[in-house]
Amino acid sequence: MAIKQRTQTLKRSQNKLNDTFLQLKVLSEAEQRVDGFQPFADKISDLTDAGITPSGIDIFQINIGKLCNQTCAHCHVDAGPDRKEENMDRETLEICLDIIKTHQIPTVDITGGAPEMNPHFRWFVEECTMAGATVMNRCNLTIIEAHKKYADLPEFFAEHGVHVVSSLPYFSKTRTDSQRGSGVFNDSIAALKKLNAVGYGIDGSGLALDLVYNPSGAFLPGGQEELEKEFKSQLKRRYDIDFNNLFVITNLPISRFLDYLIETDNYENYMDELVNAFNPATVQGLMCRNTISVSWDGYMYDCDFNQMLDLKVQAPGVHIKDFNKKELMERKIVVANHCYGCTAGAGSSCGGEIA
Amino acid sequence: MSKGYFQPEDLKKFGEITEFQEELGTKFFEYYGAVFEEGALTAREKSLIALAVAHTVACPYCIDAYSSTCLSKGADEEQMMEAVHVAAAIKSGATLVNSVQMMNHVKKKLM
Repeated sequence: MAIKQRTQTLKRSQNKLNDTFLQLKVLSEAEQRVDGFQPFADKISDLTDAGITPSGIDIFQINIGKLCNQTCAHCHVDAGPDRKEENMDRETLEICLDIIKTHQIPTVDITGGAPEMNPHFRWFVEECTMAGATVMNRCNLTIIEAHKKYADLPEFFAEHGVHVVSSLPYFSKTRTDSQRGSGVFNDSIAALKKLNAVGYGIDGSGLALDLVYNPSGAFLPGGQEELEKEFKSQLKRRYDIDFNNLFVITNLPISRFLDYLIETDNYENYMDELVNAFNPATVQGLMCRNTISVSWDGYMYDCDFNQMLDLKVQAPGVHIKDFNKKELMERKIVVANHCYGCTAGAGSSCGGEIA
Repeated sequence: MSKGYFQPEDLKKFGEITEFQEELGTKFFEYYGAVFEEGALTAREKSLIALAVAHTVACPYCIDAYSSTCLSKGADEEQMMEAVHVAAAIKSGATLVNSVQMMNHVKKKLM
């Protein structure tokens, strides 16, 4: 079924927030616009003189491209069907593969956009799994229903033991479609049934299917354990769908979600909520500490959010052609006020709660 | 222009009630926190109850707070509105059940 897009990309609508410099300016203005707002960098300095430092490079997260069949209202990548130019080429993927093999990086986390729309996606997954890495693919589900050339993705994922991580903001059509576009919920349910049919999310199959919940609006997510129980019970009861874990992720105030916050007059309240929910216990487990995030054109960042704000790693080499593990391990993580999104409450990472 | 009595930003100052009576305020917040912890009822169920009660006591601070909390805990719009209907049904039922007394009184008086 065709998806009726919820919105346009910031780039296509020529929204001024398409400029990352302006996004960073809005984020820094929170210090004036919100009573008692302490800059994130100062908050961290109060905790540790060293700042946030890497603990390893266990996850190589590759944003393989911004092309997507959906235009979700909260997308921090500003992905969409019009982003046809920003897709990783074969040469850049080969450099990534070389790094993964040389440094025996255990987990390759492929994200997008819809990663499967990159023409080199299947080749890359095969190469990574042959190299012994666990491949995690952030699949938007509807891509499986989007075109017959993607219909065999569940079998492809299963053949290569890909760990599938899929967004499903809610177990109801209204809430899901309001965030991700009309028709997304029904297609997502159809895709989940196909993933279940090849063994994904089924006990004992060894095929992991995790779902990602992020709030469909200007509020912080609740506890992961309780939401997971509710999702499991509702999806089983209503649609006979099984999955393994629910990752609860906080929406970070950048890109389209930042635009939404400003347009709906929720920006100050949301930033205030994030700051008030700051939890120092989350800092040790932040995903930026053991992840390198790579953009479609091969630049390196501390996380996918810094990537979208064009805040490159603070190291002598910022491109994968100059990948140097020792230098990267000596870097300091680049922070700005959006980082409050990962330290609020029980914390937030691409793997859900962290504290 | 005059300000209304309800100022949404005052909710953030709730904790400051200890300024005038520390011991009782502290005891109240300890109790309050314990009540909303996960127990025989889930935190989501407790939030829905709180939302319903907030409507019956017509507390705008509580309505704002528990609307957000219910969303965070994963409640949907239908569940939240059903919770308010439960409150409304009890409130209107409480009014109507008293009409039995009125009926008793009237029947006693009339021939």
